[in-house]
Amino acid sequence: MLLRLRAAVIFILVLGVVLSVRQPAHAIPAFARKYDLPCSACHEAWPKLNDFGIAFRDRGYQLGNEKDSPIWQNPSYWPITFRITPEWHRESSSNQVVDTVPGNPALGQIYQDVTTHGFDFSGLDIWAAGTLYKDISFSVLPSADSSGSFHFENVFVRFDNLFRTRWLNLKLGKFELDNLVSEKRMLFLSSNGGFYQVYHYTPFREVQFRASNPPIVQFNPVFGIGDNQLGVELSGHSENSYARYSVALLSSNEGSPGLPNRTYDWWASFNQGFAVGKLGVQRVGAFAFFGQRPTFFNTSFGSPVLSEGLGNKSLYRAGLTGLFYIKKVDFSTVFVHGWDNVFLGTGTAANAPLPVGARGPTWNGGFVETHFTYSPQLVFVQRNEIVRMSRQVFRTDPRDLGDIDAFSFGLRYYPFMFSRAGLALHTEYSLVRSYKSASPLPTSTSPFGPDLRSSSVFIGLDFAF
Amino acid sequence: MKHNRMRAHFTGILVLLFAGVGQVIFAQESHIGGLTGEGSRGKQLYRRYCVGCHGPLGDGRGENAPWIDPKPRDFVTGTFKCRSTPTGALPTDEDLYKSVTRGFVNSNMPSWLPLTKQQRADLVAYVKTFSSSFREEKPPSPLSMPSESAANQQSIQSGNELYQKMNCWSCHGKEGRGDGPSAQTLVDNRGYPIPPYDFSVGTRFKCGESNQDLYRILMTGLDGTPMPSFANGLTPAQAWDVVHYIRTLQMNVKRKKQTAENEKKDRGESKPVGAQPE
Ligand code: HEC
Ligand code: HEC
Repeated sequence: MLLRLRAAVIFILVLGVVLSVRQPAHAIPAFARKYDLPCSACHEAWPKLNDFGIAFRDRGYQLGNEKDSPIWQNPSYWPITFRITPEWHRESSSNQVVDTVPGNPALGQIYQDVTTHGFDFSGLDIWAAGTLYKDISFSVLPSADSSGSFHFENVFVRFDNLFRTRWLNLKLGKFELDNLVSEKRMLFLSSNGGFYQVYHYTPFREVQFRASNPPIVQFNPVFGIGDNQLGVELSGHSENSYARYSVALLSSNEGSPGLPNRTYDWWASFNQGFAVGKLGVQRVGAFAFFGQRPTFFNTSFGSPVLSEGLGNKSLYRAGLTGLFYIKKVDFSTVFVHGWDNVFLGTGTAANAPLPVGARGPTWNGGFVETHFTYSPQLVFVQRNEIVRMSRQVFRTDPRDLGDIDAFSFGLRYYPFMFSRAGLALHTEYSLVRSYKSASPLPTSTSPFGPDLRSSSVFIGLDFAF
Repeated sequence: MKHNRMRAHFTGILVLLFAGVGQVIFAQESHIGGLTGEGSRGKQLYRRYCVGCHGPLGDGRGENAPWIDPKPRDFVTGTFKCRSTPTGALPTDEDLYKSVTRGFVNSNMPSWLPLTKQQRADLVAYVKTFSSSFREEKPPSPLSMPSESAANQQSIQSGNELYQKMNCWSCHGKEGRGDGPSAQTLVDNRGYPIPPYDFSVGTRFKCGESNQDLYRILMTGLDGTPMPSFANGLTPAQAWDVVHYIRTLQMNVKRKKQTAENEKKDRGESKPVGAQPE
């Protein structure tokens, strides 16, 4: 039983990682083609947006030159972009529990590093986005994993400049939560570095408990700030998009279609930019998420009626963001504070007793990501990230259980920069240390294992047309 | 072999020296309000944002130029549409700054407002380096603009008559629909066909949207296009009359609001319509 549980823990951890990496990232040569602008006009280094790109996006993918409506386009223009990354990568994880003699579990288990490497390719994004009419924009992004199975990463229609004010824009569908530091536009691609730990963090105990209650995982997915959500968003911005806000009402289902579960979450973000002399625009912002997740469900003759979650319990995330520019160097900074209700933290149904002494877990995390943009065609990137538990579910748990240190660096080189397509040579190294998160050996008396270290080396050709 | 390498080094140093001297000679600045723009910084920005249309040499032959209509401006000739200075003269730094900030409606030239003021000033400084004119002459002082007369019925009537008399209709059409008898034949200074402005659909102009902007357009002309300057044909009072008449041709502009705003402006209460947003 215990072994099965551990297997499940590993499975969930791995699944979590697999699901959270290879986020479709956003860069749209279809816009470049429409407006004859080079990638570098909207992107610091694609897919990361610059001030001009932020304003273009805020305006509903419009330049405001009276030629935004598709009626002005050559009828053969088709607003489609695709992006994929053929690559070589190496993945390594320390302290994996393996049988001492392969094929013979009875002879005991030991810790071992597991390393793989080889040629591969990322998932595929096929992105259509643009305007349906002046001041009505849309986006549809079917995205495949590398085996070719598709899901809809985003689908929305947006009404821009309602009542002729840029402070009111309404979006309906599945979309990215507006935030200053976008995970969809990050300059990292590897399995370990290609997502922000703090945007997806779940305390170790919670992962463990969820693993022992598989049905709940299905209709009570873990919330990720970086995950696109289903809902409706009201947003606005000043003319130069230095001041921006967004408020969204979301279904509490983590963007999974076909899973209405009768409850709603809230997201709000605000950010403000300041032009500081010769340094450029410095931006600071804040965001907050307040949501709820069901903890059990009705059953019919014992089998779960999954569409109807019950016993909702809440969770929140709140944070601060910043984008700071000093000539060719810039920093993206994020701080997040997280809290999950004790029922969620322990995976307990709200109509069942809590484990003795259990508390709602809280944590703090953040990162500093540095970019050195040598030129629009060459950018060096680096990120330091930490997550620290501030309250463990159980007082007796080690203070650093589930804490994370992550470090990545790399470079992206764009051999050409024009307005029809984009290509980047991407190289990256990334290392993640998860404290006491390895599975304990069956012989161990402790419920926790040693630290887990995973690393990625990545060399790929990231291209978009 | 070694010798060759030495020579290569030497030429390299010469080239560097030369480039250095070039930099000093051609170093350009722009002055916009209290801001000083620098060409060297502008160059980096130009390569990121502008080069695809205006070209590395600033001659309007960027890689996208073939697909764009109207064509990107050729900065080398020193001929600019939107100026506060008389026809044939160079624009002021402020004029270029406003053009870069505003963008050109009905063209591919975007508004670069999201860039900081400093960045736009730097860009202006760099744009000026492409034409020797900016080194050889100084832009004259901007045209003086007497304050706007009242937009009453009498003024509009007089404007209507002047619109006929000054032959605006021959290009812009009797009702301002851009369909005058010579409309089809017009070309710009590079030989590309150019349609006269259609007042019935347009709300903004390339060179602004306020009454002041309109006045300036009439009195300075759009250099490089068939749209002439009427500084010699119209008195300032007459020019304001034409401005008021033109407003009545704009079907898509809420006229009531316009007059209300004008009245306010006459009393000096509000910023001009479409004044630069910062
Ligand atoms: C997508 C193409 C495109 C890009 C990019 C572009 N421009 Fe332009 N630009 C144009 C076009 C087209 C015109 C001419 C518009 C017209 O004549 O109506 C123009 C005109 C101009 C003018 C002429 C103003 C006048 O009064 O005649 C200036 C100055 C200018 N651009 C500066 C810039 C700067 C600075 C940048 C970069 C920050 C830039 N442009 C980027 C297309 C572009
Ligand atoms: C010889 C033909 C011709 C005549 C005569 C003429 N125009 Fe124009 N006008 C043009 C053209 C061509 C343009 C478009 C220039 C462009 O797109 O760059 C234009 C543009 C304009 C604009 C818009 C400028 C902008 O910034 O977008 C106004 C306003 C205007 N004309 C007013 C007048 C008035 C008023 C008269 C008479 C007093 C007049 N025009 C006479 C050809 C003419």
